[in-house]
Amino acid sequence: MRVTFPHMGNLFIPVKGMLQYLGLDVVVPPPSSKKTLTIGAKYGPEFACLPFKLNLGNFVEAHEQGADTIVMAGGCGPCRFGYYAQIEHAILKDLGYDMRLIVLEPPEKHLSELLAKIRELAGNKSWWHIFQAVRFGYRKAKAVDEVEMAALWARPREITPGDTEKAYTKALKMLDKATSTRELMQAEKSADQLLSAVAVDNKKTVVKIGLVGEIYTLLDPFSNQYMERSLGRLGAEVDRSIYLSEWVNEHIFRGLARGMRTRKKACLAARPYLRHFVGGHGQESVGNAVNFAQAGYDGIIQVFPFTCMPEIVAESILPKMRADYGTPVMTIIVDEHTGEAGTLTRLEAFVDLLARKKEAKEA
Amino acid sequence: MRIGIPRSLLYYYYYPLWRVFFAELGAQVVLSSPSTKGILAAGLKHAVDEVCLPVKMFYGHVLDLVGQVDMIFLPRIVSVEKREYICPKFLGLPDMIRCLKDLPPLIEVDINLYKNNRDFYRAVKNIGSIFTKNHLAIGRACFKALQAQKKYFRLLNMGLMPAEALALVEGRTGDKSQRKKERLNIALLGHPYNVYDPYISMDIIDRLHKMGVGVTTAEHVPDKITRSYAARLPKKLFWTLGNRMIGAAFHYLEQPGISGMVHLAAFGCGPDSMTGGIIERYAHSSGIPFLSLTLDEHTGEAGIMTRLEAFLDMVQWRKAAFSS
Repeated sequence: MRVTFPHMGNLFIPVKGMLQYLGLDVVVPPPSSKKTLTIGAKYGPEFACLPFKLNLGNFVEAHEQGADTIVMAGGCGPCRFGYYAQIEHAILKDLGYDMRLIVLEPPEKHLSELLAKIRELAGNKSWWHIFQAVRFGYRKAKAVDEVEMAALWARPREITPGDTEKAYTKALKMLDKATSTRELMQAEKSADQLLSAVAVDNKKTVVKIGLVGEIYTLLDPFSNQYMERSLGRLGAEVDRSIYLSEWVNEHIFRGLARGMRTRKKACLAARPYLRHFVGGHGQESVGNAVNFAQAGYDGIIQVFPFTCMPEIVAESILPKMRADYGTPVMTIIVDEHTGEAGTLTRLEAFVDLLARKKEAKEA
Repeated sequence: MRIGIPRSLLYYYYYPLWRVFFAELGAQVVLSSPSTKGILAAGLKHAVDEVCLPVKMFYGHVLDLVGQVDMIFLPRIVSVEKREYICPKFLGLPDMIRCLKDLPPLIEVDINLYKNNRDFYRAVKNIGSIFTKNHLAIGRACFKALQAQKKYFRLLNMGLMPAEALALVEGRTGDKSQRKKERLNIALLGHPYNVYDPYISMDIIDRLHKMGVGVTTAEHVPDKITRSYAARLPKKLFWTLGNRMIGAAFHYLEQPGISGMVHLAAFGCGPDSMTGGIIERYAHSSGIPFLSLTLDEHTGEAGIMTRLEAFLDMVQWRKAAFSS
């Protein structure tokens, strides 16, 4: 059994770590690229959203590298992600790729449904070993998030352009290589050192931008045209509404780890505008936009794939929130036709606007 | 009191229920005018670009009611079947509409049958309490409303179109349209608010009838049958309307009397992107001609009609070739 899974930004680091900890043969698909997207757009339904097409492309490319089993998460709606796996599997079958599919669905009747799937994946490993593997993966996810956060802070302040990026890439590589808890602790430390060694100008005034939106396009730099990197270069400090480890804590551990931002808080903030969950991260997008505005961020960017239903609801409602708080909001919608130059132009204009607004306010 | 109901979205499913319910409680129900270019234009002006055509139309219908009514009935229909949803946009609809300015008060009640059916009665009680404190009266109104609804669904299952069924339920005797003898039958699938809104669908049903083509839709198949057919999917769909469409499609693919299938989708519709793909896949493997039409506010009538005519010619030739 050679296992593969879809890409979503740096998700591959913790997932690969976890699966290898279980002793599985893991095939990480080649990083998402134009080619991946072209494959996905060619075989996927025309109006399926961007993550679907990228997933499909990932699977095809992973199959070319010898993967024969797909591990994926499922869902129970109303966002269409819950049906991805089944349709992707059918398309792969039509293409002649006979791959086994293991979907980790949220249990409908009993927890045993999910446990059986995990058993199928883990073979005869003990539950304790599986638990350790999950813990190892979670720890990696947290380490990755910390590196990402440090990079988000350093990018707009770096003295030599490109330093942060170099340190960031190197730090992620180190985390990826760690195969045991001891090695991971070592890697965490050196990653931290690497990023704090980036020379920065502490006194520089930077505009602060909050990113909200759909989880895949938020976490996956390829799908959002490397937005965080571009914003950092333009001198904007970025905070995201979703980090991987937060999501895992919220949805898989049911909020077991304390002291993290939770969905509940975001939904509470969204209440004056959006009173009901709408699937995906629609309500969280509105709530986190409110939180960012209240925290004094200079601007908010919402990003989502074309035709994403929950985020369209959020997009319809955000103007009302903008009217109440006066924080500028820009919506960027991505699909396979999005060009980097177009996105960059919009980001530049937005950052300029925020910087000027900030100057006027402070003067 | 005048209660406004937009002639859009789930109007095509549940209007009989709410009409009787409100009338029994002594309210006057006001419907928005049938969809027109003007209504759509008003909707386009206020909705964001990304929402689908039927939701833009819904905005227009709500705006059409402004000034005519004391309250607008706009429930949040989260779920109408156990463990199923409608579509994320229905979940956020009241919040999206509330962003419009100068609206009369909205009757916003959540209807969520995701866990169990009891929630319906809670919702009905909440709505009824706006008009009367008499719980018995609310119960009676609810009972009558459900009966009307049952009758409506039964008429649909008998092969009537919503307009005809509504006329019968309301006791109007509409002008019986004399249909020509049908040369072939096709199945027309899509969300009810696309298929039955004559403006959105460019009057496709009527046009097909005039061309001598019999039309059957997903609503003509009883719920039990669509459900049993939809169970063939590897995983149950979590959209009620999508489930019905898929079930009906599988059912029609096995009916020898059905010579072709047309899928009507709204541009950018999430559920349609998935269910449309599934239906197309199965239609291809069973060899039934399949046409997918995507509609948005820029769709030209001539283009759609040309495609439809070409499709029907093809179906006709195929049928002739098979029978000879």
